[in-house]
Amino acid sequence: MKMIELADVSKSFVLHNQGSAVIPVMAGAALSVRPGECVALVGNSGAGKSTLMRMIYGNYLCNAGRIVVGGLDVARAEPREILRMRREVLGYVSQFLRVVPRVPTLDVVAEPVLAAGGAHEVAEARARGLLARLNVPERLWSLSPTTFSGGEQQRVNIARGFAHAFPAMLLDEPTASLDATNRAVVLELISEAKARGAAIVGIFHDAAAREAVCDREIDVSAFAPGLAA
Amino acid sequence: MTPLLQVTGLTRHYGTRLGCGDVSFDLWPGEVMGIVGESGSGKSTLLNCLAGHQAPDAGQVIFDTRSDGPVDTVTMSEPARRMLGRTDWAFVHQNARDGLRMGVSAGANVGERLMAVGARHYGDIRAQAVDWLGRVEIAEDRVDDRPRAFSGGMQQRLQIARNLVTGPRLVFMDEPTGGLDVSVQARLLDLLRGLVREMGLSAIIVTHDLAVVRLLADRLMVMKSGHVVETGLTDQVLDDPQHGYTQLLVSSVLQV
Repeated sequence: MKMIELADVSKSFVLHNQGSAVIPVMAGAALSVRPGECVALVGNSGAGKSTLMRMIYGNYLCNAGRIVVGGLDVARAEPREILRMRREVLGYVSQFLRVVPRVPTLDVVAEPVLAAGGAHEVAEARARGLLARLNVPERLWSLSPTTFSGGEQQRVNIARGFAHAFPAMLLDEPTASLDATNRAVVLELISEAKARGAAIVGIFHDAAAREAVCDREIDVSAFAPGLAA
Repeated sequence: MTPLLQVTGLTRHYGTRLGCGDVSFDLWPGEVMGIVGESGSGKSTLLNCLAGHQAPDAGQVIFDTRSDGPVDTVTMSEPARRMLGRTDWAFVHQNARDGLRMGVSAGANVGERLMAVGARHYGDIRAQAVDWLGRVEIAEDRVDDRPRAFSGGMQQRLQIARNLVTGPRLVFMDEPTGGLDVSVQARLLDLLRGLVREMGLSAIIVTHDLAVVRLLADRLMVMKSGHVVETGLTDQVLDDPQHGYTQLLVSSVLQV
């Protein structure tokens, strides 16, 4: 059984305001991830790791191929089907936290649990637990994270990403800008998610982190257009 | 599940000039859709045709009513449409003054909507008005003040309370945060998001502010010269715009 499966995925950008330049960025991409498995995307900067991840999440369109997450073909799904997938099936820890200003940190972290249909008490308990584990001081929980330091924002972002127990997850540099203690906590969270059966695709520049949690590596530069043909 | 709103071929001309042309989409329960585009692109015309404030030249706007199921609101009788406007629909104007009665108190502004749907008990009406003013963060001791004595942000929150008190299922919003300073905007965005989630509202929001739609809307429709040039998930349209105009729009945003 596969939780995330990509076959023959290709992508190019067309820049209409720059002489309609066509920039092919990916061709023939394929990948599959089983429940409980963590796969690392590797390759040089610009090879298309983030592009591939965004296509799986559905915020980049793909021009051809299949991207199936938990049975839903993201490449062909309706917006509302993708929205449901993002609420219930596929979590995404991006590199940057994007929130409504003035919303307290605790609510920011609890929101994905509520969105997936969890009760208020469950969501809040989960948020408190994660924030404490990630060493975000309790006196900050009632404040909006928009004024926090980069590292604190990243930890809030990770807490938010792990709040709901998604069966599939995308992690974009989850250990970047973290100190050793918090990095260890994040690696624990990833291992726990794997243990409960989550299928994970991650980008880790930190080689030690990658070795600690990833079962396989996929070199994205193999999907560069021109090579596959 | 059926869509809450099914729009097909909606067209409106002003003389020979096109207001909006051949617009079709489905809106599902609980969905928030943003409509973006520059001034004059037809977004407000479209919103007004959807909400029954303007008659379209052609097209259907089928709304899934509570009592009779899907009904075309373009061809329904004026009294029936007005009733819909007081019950299942709400309209938040850019200018709070257009959506409020400036000569009566804040409490009366909220209570009036309740009376229009049959509420008669003064104590209940006042209690509900106070409850709703509280939800939009207007203190109870301001309930007897007229909206004229309120700041712009408070007027906008009062307008939202007046609109939502009857528990509508579909809210039309025309630049709801336009003209407010950014700190007030943020508070209003948070309020709207909470209300949408708690009440399971569907909403159609017209704005030219891409940051507002990114935070509020699930889906996006981009208009130019009366036509829809692109639709999709909000972050997909903003992160990977396909149409030349959308690419221009997204790349023109100033970074703060």
